[in-house]
This record gives sequence, structure tokens and C-alpha cells, in this order.
Amino acid sequence: MNAAVPIAEEADLPGRGARADYVRGFTMAAVLTAAAFTLVMSNALGNTPLTVAAVMGLAVAQVVVHMVFFLHMNSRSEGGWNLLALLFTLLLVLIVLSGSIWVMYHLNANMVPPSPDDMRQMP
Amino acid sequence: MSAASQLRLVASRPRTQFHLTEPYHPENSVLLGFWIYLMSDCLIFSVLFATFGVLGRNYAGGPSGAALFELPVVAVNTGLLLVSSFTYGMAMISAQGGARRSALAWLGVTGLLGCGFLGLELSEFAHLIGEGAGPQRSAFLSSFFTLVGTHGLHVAFGVIWLTTLMVQVARRGLTETNLRRLMCLSLFWHFLDVIWIAVFSFVYLLGALK
Repeated sequence: MNAAVPIAEEADLPGRGARADYVRGFTMAAVLTAAAFTLVMSNALGNTPLTVAAVMGLAVAQVVVHMVFFLHMNSRSEGGWNLLALLFTLLLVLIVLSGSIWVMYHLNANMVPPSPDDMRQMP
Repeated sequence: MSAASQLRLVASRPRTQFHLTEPYHPENSVLLGFWIYLMSDCLIFSVLFATFGVLGRNYAGGPSGAALFELPVVAVNTGLLLVSSFTYGMAMISAQGGARRSALAWLGVTGLLGCGFLGLELSEFAHLIGEGAGPQRSAFLSSFFTLVGTHGLHVAFGVIWLTTLMVQVARRGLTETNLRRLMCLSLFWHFLDVIWIAVFSFVYLLGALK
């Protein structure tokens, strides 16, 4: 039964792929990692929102590279269920991250500052 | 094949069989189930990342990330994990080609790289704690140790799983069951590398900005 399965379909399963895929993915990931580290270690752009945005952008790009070339994620694997589960998880991650940071930022900003008396009794 | 003829087929066998004639462990459902486990693991990490995002700048008068992190060490660690992802891919290709010896060799290299990663991380932790920057020092360090430590724990269990599978493959060969296990571990291993991208970008690189 397995012999009849064409090779192209086998490659669609997660965790399976050709050597060239791994080499390509590894090269791209290495370049993206090196770029992110160089950017921060050389302090090329300084501590600016631009550096933060660039590091985050490089990270997202590298995650996509890993997903495609190492985890062989595509819309066909497992009949699309893999991708659907991933997208749903990403939605939850987005809600958890942005929600927590947003709520806690406002909580911090709106806190009543401690009185000098409180400060004296702090550990 | 109709149900009646299937029944006849089972009945005509010498020993009575009480199971269906189709394969009992469909490979795809295992991998999909494992993928969903990984997604739930992803949620654990997202909560830890959210905690770090909220607490990561509360130093309580203690040292900041810029003062503590040694980026060259983190870069080496990142390289180790990235190369180990690649060597695991090579192990999978060998395993699927039925080359047991080379699959074992690649798995061994992957395990060593994983151990190297853990060793560097533990020495970094020991260094931090020795400097008085342990998890109890500030909210930033508590959330840092929890997040990075949880990832390290995952890698440690990945190495244990990898060693177990190497013994399995060495003793039983590349059976269908072992291939399925190797496939699950490959998803786990690559997934940990994806989490590490977020760790080194979000925690180390952005934390080290002055």
C-alpha cells in the first residue's frame, strides 16, 4: 500500500523534505540570525525604535523560514489541519501578548503612587 | 471491499482476530496530534513571554539585561541550536532512506549539539546566580529565568528523548514505529529552535539594547 504513494505526497508530511530544502533553510536562517546579532552588537542604529522593529522583523522572517523549510509547513500537510491549528494558535498568542502588555501598561500608568509613609514600610 | 467479504476474510484465517484489517495506527493522526500538543506548548511559552513582556523592565534597582547579557555567548548558543536543527533534518533524511548507521551518527551529532547548548546555558545561569543576579533578585530576573529555563528544560527532555530513540534505533532498527517516533521528535526539536528565535530576539537582543 505504501509503495503506491507518490513521492511528492510523502514530502508534504511534516518533518519530511529534501536535503536541498534543509540547506536552503539553514543558509537563510543563518543569514537572518547573523543580521540580527550584528545589528545589535555593532550598535549600528543605536537604541532606536528602528532597531527594535528590525530585530522583530528579522525574527518573524526567521520563524517563517523555519516553519517552511524545517517543519515543512504548507497548506496541504494533514489536509490543511496543521496550518489551521497554527493560525489559531498564533491568534491566541497575539491576544495573550498584546492583551497582557496593554492591560499591564495601563495598570502601571494608572496606579496611585505610594505615599512616603508606604515607601518607608516597603521591604 | 464489502463488509461481508471482509468478515469472510477474517473468518477464514487460522486464528480468530478481533480487530479491523486496516492499519491500526494511522501515521497522520499521530503527527497531527503531536502538532496540536506543540501548539499547546506554544501557548505555554506565549504566557511566559507575556509575563516577561510585562515584568522585563522592572529591575528593582538590580542589574538590567544590558549589564548582564553576554551576546557573543548567546550567539554561539543560537548557532549550536540552529546547526542541531539542520543535523536533525539530515538524520531524518538518512532514516527515511533506511541508512541506519548514518541516521544514528547524525542523531548523535544533534544530541551533542543539544548538550553543548545546555552546557553553555547552565554556565550562563551559574554565572548570573554567582553575581547575585539570581531569579529572586528582581521581577525581570524571575521572568527571565522562568522563560529561558523552561526552554532549556524542553531541550533537556528533547536530549533524553533523542538518546532513548538512538537506543531504540540501534537495537530494533528503523521500523515504522521508530520512524514515526523520530518524526515526532523532529517536530519537537525544530519547534524548540523556533521558540529560541523568539527568546534570543525578544529577551537577549532587545534586552541588551542600551
